[in-house]
Amino acid sequence: MIPAAFDYQAPDTVADALAALSSGADEVKVLAGGQSLIPVLRLRMAAPSLIVDLGRIPELSGVSDDGDAIMIGAMTTHDQVTHDPLIAEHAALLARAAETVADPQVRHLGTFGGSLAHADPAGDMPAAALALNAEMMITGSQGERTVAAKDFFVGLFETAVGEDEILTSIRVPKHTGWGSHYEKFNRVAQQWSIVGVAATLRLDGGTIAEAGIALTNMGLTPIRASAVEQALVGRPPNEDAVRQAAEQAAAGTHPPSDANGDADYRRHLAAVLTRRAVLAAAG
Amino acid sequence: MTTTADRRSAEIGAPRTRKEDRHLLTGRTRWTANITLPGMLHLAMVRSTVAHARITGIDTSAAKRAPGVAGVFTGTEIADAQGASLPCVWPVTPDQVAPPHPAMAVETVNFLGEIVACVAARSATEARDAAELVDVEYGELPVVTDLAVAAADQEVIHPDLGTNRSAHWVFDSAAAGTGGDVDSAISAARESGVVVERTYRQQRVIPAFMEPRSVAVDPTGEQTTVWSSTQIPHILKLILAMTTGLPESKLRVVAPDVGGGFGGKLEVTPEEMITLVVAGRLGKPCAYAETRSESLMGAHHGRDQIQKLTLAATRDGTVTAFKVELTANMGAYLGLTTPGIPILGAFMYNAIYKFPAYRFTCDNVFTNTVWTDAYRGAGRPEATFAIERMMDELAAELDLEPLALREKNWIRHEEFPFTTVAGMEYDSGNYEAATAKARDLFGYDDLRAEQAKRRADGDPVQLGIGISTYTEMCGLAPSRVLGALSFGSGGWEHASIRMLPTGKVEVVAGVSPHGQGHETSWSQIVADRLGVPFEDVEILHGDTGVSARGLDTYGSRTLVVGGIAVVKAIDKVIEKARPIAAHLLEADPDDLEFANGTFTVKGTGKGKHISELALAVFLAHDLPDGVEASLDAEATFDPANFSFPHGTHLCAVEVDTETGRTTIRRYVAVDDCGVVVNPMLVDGQVHGGLAQGISQALFEEALYDENGTLVTGSFVDYLLPSAADLPSYLTDRTETPATSNPLGVKGVGEAGTIAATPCVVNAIVDAVRHLGVDDVPMPCTPQRVWAAIDQARERSAARPSGGAQ
Repeated sequence: MIPAAFDYQAPDTVADALAALSSGADEVKVLAGGQSLIPVLRLRMAAPSLIVDLGRIPELSGVSDDGDAIMIGAMTTHDQVTHDPLIAEHAALLARAAETVADPQVRHLGTFGGSLAHADPAGDMPAAALALNAEMMITGSQGERTVAAKDFFVGLFETAVGEDEILTSIRVPKHTGWGSHYEKFNRVAQQWSIVGVAATLRLDGGTIAEAGIALTNMGLTPIRASAVEQALVGRPPNEDAVRQAAEQAAAGTHPPSDANGDADYRRHLAAVLTRRAVLAAAG
Repeated sequence: MTTTADRRSAEIGAPRTRKEDRHLLTGRTRWTANITLPGMLHLAMVRSTVAHARITGIDTSAAKRAPGVAGVFTGTEIADAQGASLPCVWPVTPDQVAPPHPAMAVETVNFLGEIVACVAARSATEARDAAELVDVEYGELPVVTDLAVAAADQEVIHPDLGTNRSAHWVFDSAAAGTGGDVDSAISAARESGVVVERTYRQQRVIPAFMEPRSVAVDPTGEQTTVWSSTQIPHILKLILAMTTGLPESKLRVVAPDVGGGFGGKLEVTPEEMITLVVAGRLGKPCAYAETRSESLMGAHHGRDQIQKLTLAATRDGTVTAFKVELTANMGAYLGLTTPGIPILGAFMYNAIYKFPAYRFTCDNVFTNTVWTDAYRGAGRPEATFAIERMMDELAAELDLEPLALREKNWIRHEEFPFTTVAGMEYDSGNYEAATAKARDLFGYDDLRAEQAKRRADGDPVQLGIGISTYTEMCGLAPSRVLGALSFGSGGWEHASIRMLPTGKVEVVAGVSPHGQGHETSWSQIVADRLGVPFEDVEILHGDTGVSARGLDTYGSRTLVVGGIAVVKAIDKVIEKARPIAAHLLEADPDDLEFANGTFTVKGTGKGKHISELALAVFLAHDLPDGVEASLDAEATFDPANFSFPHGTHLCAVEVDTETGRTTIRRYVAVDDCGVVVNPMLVDGQVHGGLAQGISQALFEEALYDENGTLVTGSFVDYLLPSAADLPSYLTDRTETPATSNPLGVKGVGEAGTIAATPCVVNAIVDAVRHLGVDDVPMPCTPQRVWAAIDQARERSAARPSGGAQ
């Protein structure tokens, strides 16, 4: 790998990292797990003058209980998300999505926060975070602010994180006892999602009481399938009811067309995969 | 044929683990890119960013001023040294036309990624940085990447040729006297039989070897040494000498550890030529290692053909004629063997069948894409795909069981040797045995029953069964045949044996492995034939300074050509040792028998082991008069015929009709590669071959856009499967010894790839044929399978009476 030359800093604290971001360098890139940034550097599709590596800031990793929510450090790896007991209990959808990311090597290096901040429309974690109504804790020189997942993903590879800010942690409301499933569709295991569906449900007395459904790679950002959610609530999680609700999955979406599938095919997939995801989440 | 079976020892047939793995798996490897020489410079290539243009200016001044830069070269500056053109050694017709193929573009670029300049610097980083400073101006020309469009000649890529059509090659069984007239047979079938016509696309694929190509050149010695990650050190040496005018004796080429090739390193590359020229110009060692992106865009691709096929048969399923009209994409230039690749398939479209009439035509066409050339199987996978898909289509048309249809047409075991309609003499085979074994392992009848149930139930997941009863021609090749095909080389192979005084044995081989395991399998052969321990055999290869003669590694030739050269050399060693043994044993040479490495006087316990004789020869104190003090011997073997392995592969797939996704549920491969030297190595070759064949069916496709940009320019978009994406294979063998060589062996390096692709596609089509589908283009992506089902349903709905059941 021979990228263009850049300066490199690996601060120990978030404060030092923020200082580096504001140091006046031409173009600064934040390095988390490097699973997206390093290939871009290798291909010389980006030539930042400074790279700030968050890998040596211990406070950015790990999962903790925060009352009615859990807090997940941005540098927590996909593998940790997959196996963390707090996540398993209170936000299992994240584990279901994280375990589908690429391959074991990538999951041991790639991070939850990095995946959200990169905002690849074909990445799996953004839809899962959106379905769970996660809140993004963003720190800048002016202090910390909180942005809801629905406002965080702004466009293609574009988020609410400013140039002098860092996504430090993700607050996920507890979904204790909810059923969860991430239905990923791709052609080979290491490939990005052609379409993915994140689904989490709370059942009450044989009917669906609450539902969170979000779609991967059906537009420039992850998309909340609100119509499906509304159609599901109050219905039993059986094949017919779910099929009917899932038919609205692609409503209002503008999916891409590429060698893996055109927009019409993706809309079709969204309906099929939503049905499967919901039925699997309902157990 | 029983003699080969009698010869089997503890070594031949033993599943020995690979002796080369110790250094490969522990990282003690010698890859070309790891070679560091004193004062070595590193090269970076500047590649064209457009697919077709005149070079109107190149400004190298900024690059020349960049830190660490020792030189920047353009095509104009090295035009004389690099020669007019890289060679194509296979002019398939006397009137073939082709443009010169300069290593570095001089006046025009004809595909995106072609090298237009080169930077030499003290480090690879400095070279890469400086390469970005080279400013190239292009006068853009119309781009043609589509094969059918190029064949129409509306835009001519190389104006001097006046056409995009490089050659038109024909084989006709009536003209050759090997069969009847195709067109009259097809006409007859239109009257009273059945004619199946299909057009298939062999999509373009990329060899994707694990180790990217690299080269290092040291011009500072009396001989210039070239290290290269190549399959063909001997051919490379000869061609570098012939193209540059350097005396052949002043060149030494070394292929150290080579990490895969699959035909992708069967090439004399622009990068090799440029590195040689620049090293010579600067008088310093120079090295170049490509990036993966460069490899995908700048190293040759494979396949890329359109096959128009017409199969004629009687109503009982007896095939009466097969007509193949091929259009083959050459890319922008002709590489080492580019035009011959589709022709290698010409003799295989009739496969294992007794077709009475056959005609093959091929149009070789230029486009603004990187050139195509050898890729695992080279011509034969395309042929096998065509005929095995067509046999399934014919079975469906006639509502016959596809295995029964094949059996009705194939060459029966008792009919061997058999001369085919393509003029090949198949020495041996047993299609009945391989098929029976595969059927049994597969559970064919049970799976057919399950398929029927799923169809009846309207299950959203349908089951399909694919069949591929393949054969192939390998073991390249009889030199006379190559001569008749205008190939610019022979097909012999060379080996020599050195008997060392301590009893150890060195084998110097003309072929060199790039992952196959020759060092292990050849050691087994030597241990068997010469009666020395496996561990005492060392295989030396891949260095023209050590191995003077050889024609290198491709076309499943190593064992069946090179291995036989080893056997012949061993035989000579034994015959040289015999009079010496007789002398020392005070016996008549005719009274000696040789077994397990020892000459024994018949009827006595007296004997001398070959290692004792090696020491006696080294000392030379007591040799018979007139006998030279050496047991060493060499042999060159030129095969009289090709090798014809065969087998029956069966594949069961589940097709999710809601998404179009295909999942392979079971894959059974029963291969017959004759006598097996090492079953573990054979399994390894079959497994890897299956992965590549399946991958063409399901995953891989090199795509260019209309501007000539390779859309699949990284492994993000060029999909390769990992273990997670492939099934667990069930492999087994039948053993019908080859009669064309003394070991009874057949080649197996390409068989899996050749067999697997049609097997998988046949299975997919079989799963959804009842829905009205008769084809899915490769790769059979979920969207394509889903669309095929969807379109069939629409067609069916449009028909008044319902159509497909």
